[in-house]
Amino acid sequence: MAEVHEGAAGSEVEKHESTAPRPATAVVRADRIPNPGFPPERLRVTDLDPKKEKQAERTVSGLFLLSIVGSIIAVVAYIVLPIEEGNPGSVRLNNLFLGVGITLGLLGIGIGAVHWSKALMHGHELVEQRHPTRGSDESRTRAVEIFRESNKESGFTRRSLVRNTLIGALVATPIPAVALFRDLAPEEDPIALLKQTMWEEGTRLALDPSGVPIRASDVTIGSVFHVIPEGLAELESHRLEEKAKAAVLLMRLPPDELNIREGRETWSYDGIVAYSKICTHVGCPVALYEQQTHHLLCPCHQSQFDVANHCEVIFGPAARPLPQLPITVDDEGYLVARRDFEEPVGPSFWEREL
Amino acid sequence: MALTSAASPRRAGRRSPLATTALLVVGLLATGGAYALVTASATADAKAASAQIVEEGGKLFATNCASCHGLLGQGTAAGPSVIGVGALAVDFQVGTGRMPLAASGPQAEVKPAQFTQEQIDAMAAWVAELAPGPAIPADRYVEGDGNAANGAQLFRTNCAMCHNVAGAGGALTEGKWAPGLANIDPVYVYAAMVTGPQNMPVFSDLNLSPEEKNDIITYLRYIDENPSVGGFDLGSLGPVSEGLFIWIFGLGGLVAVTIWLTAKSN
Repeated sequence: MAEVHEGAAGSEVEKHESTAPRPATAVVRADRIPNPGFPPERLRVTDLDPKKEKQAERTVSGLFLLSIVGSIIAVVAYIVLPIEEGNPGSVRLNNLFLGVGITLGLLGIGIGAVHWSKALMHGHELVEQRHPTRGSDESRTRAVEIFRESNKESGFTRRSLVRNTLIGALVATPIPAVALFRDLAPEEDPIALLKQTMWEEGTRLALDPSGVPIRASDVTIGSVFHVIPEGLAELESHRLEEKAKAAVLLMRLPPDELNIREGRETWSYDGIVAYSKICTHVGCPVALYEQQTHHLLCPCHQSQFDVANHCEVIFGPAARPLPQLPITVDDEGYLVARRDFEEPVGPSFWEREL
Repeated sequence: MALTSAASPRRAGRRSPLATTALLVVGLLATGGAYALVTASATADAKAASAQIVEEGGKLFATNCASCHGLLGQGTAAGPSVIGVGALAVDFQVGTGRMPLAASGPQAEVKPAQFTQEQIDAMAAWVAELAPGPAIPADRYVEGDGNAANGAQLFRTNCAMCHNVAGAGGALTEGKWAPGLANIDPVYVYAAMVTGPQNMPVFSDLNLSPEEKNDIITYLRYIDENPSVGGFDLGSLGPVSEGLFIWIFGLGGLVAVTIWLTAKSN
């Protein structure tokens, strides 16, 4: 090392050379900066001035008294300021004073105890050396001896049948847990569930949350309707799971501002379009619709979708347009779905093909 | 009426029973005719008055709004048509000071109203004459005495994504924003739902019925009048203001306590 640097680094390398260890030589390096040791111990004001000591004593006991007062405040507040039903102001008062009381109760003890130890308990500075990590040779030999002895007494290596059956039993004990927890997985294949929603041919579009079906004539230009499939509001089980997949945003644009792509001519009705409300990024509900720009904003990560152009992504982290629900009207003028979404709604998952 | 019916029993002895009937008929005709005359002149007065108001509104529109909206309210390149927007849209836009526009920008800003309520009503009447549109709602729909719980549910479904669940408002795209809804005149809340000002979508009566709109107004009034149960709401902005608070004061407090714990006493 020293030789390599010799030419280039000059005098500093020479110094290095002089302290470089020789092979098989114990080296005691002379420190260039002597250890200054500890600074002289500084006495605290409470050590020097009995008046200050008395004052600190009063402060500490004052803090403990404050703690007692706090605990009493908490009890009194609980009794004097009860929570009245239908009055949020009473909840606020009750919580506030209960909290203030308990906080004083705990902080008074804590701050008092710390101040006591800092100002009044003895302040000698001590140095405690670290213990070496390695045990002493005697204790190490003794440990090995204990292992040998217990092996001899129990016959762990000698009685191999007992040992092996014990190992087998230990391996078998967690198996019931595996069987139990495995059953927590959904009964049906969750991947198939991600690929379909409650929408099917003829399902009427209904208002969220009332479940009242919507007529095409109800949807005025510039309107936005929050839509669930008819029948979802009455579902007895898995209602929220179904809603999380089937939620739809219905908008009516001036027909001349809507650009309809080839192959999707029959998916909208007279400027009325329906798109999944579940963001294709991480599944937040996208519903911040701007009726002039026809932009749809996701509040979570600012993905923007252009409703006029089949909800294509115009900004943000979303990778795919929002899935469009093909809609039409039935004989009675109600808006109905033509079929389910053509692709899985919401964010990507491993098994997704589209 | 009262006179004739009270008089008839006394005179019945001297005159034929027909006379009573004739008198009754005459009396009825006289009162009915008088009533018709009075009310007819009253409607004529009202018509004349409203025509005057409309004319005055037209003048105000021509001087203050026509440069962008066109002399006939047909719209120009600088501003949209106001034909069919209704009296309610005028009341909202001019009453909240959004119109006349302070400056062209992503969104019209709220400022002190530039006209008196009478002038606004006159312009509203003129615009309403152009084509039918949403009118000022009946008082019972803006009283805020409906079902606050139902209103809260409707608000969470239809409004909260832009205006925040506590009505604190929020950001939209490209410099636009959804305004906060604290202490807003209920008529303006109603008007915003019906007319869909600027980029706000329309919530027509077929989407949210007037009663449901009143429920939403009730909910907004409820959160105006009731304190936040959890103490300081820090603007109800959720993790933004709460996170900032805990970063500065929570972590700052922990650092201060750590320094105090390890420092030697004086």
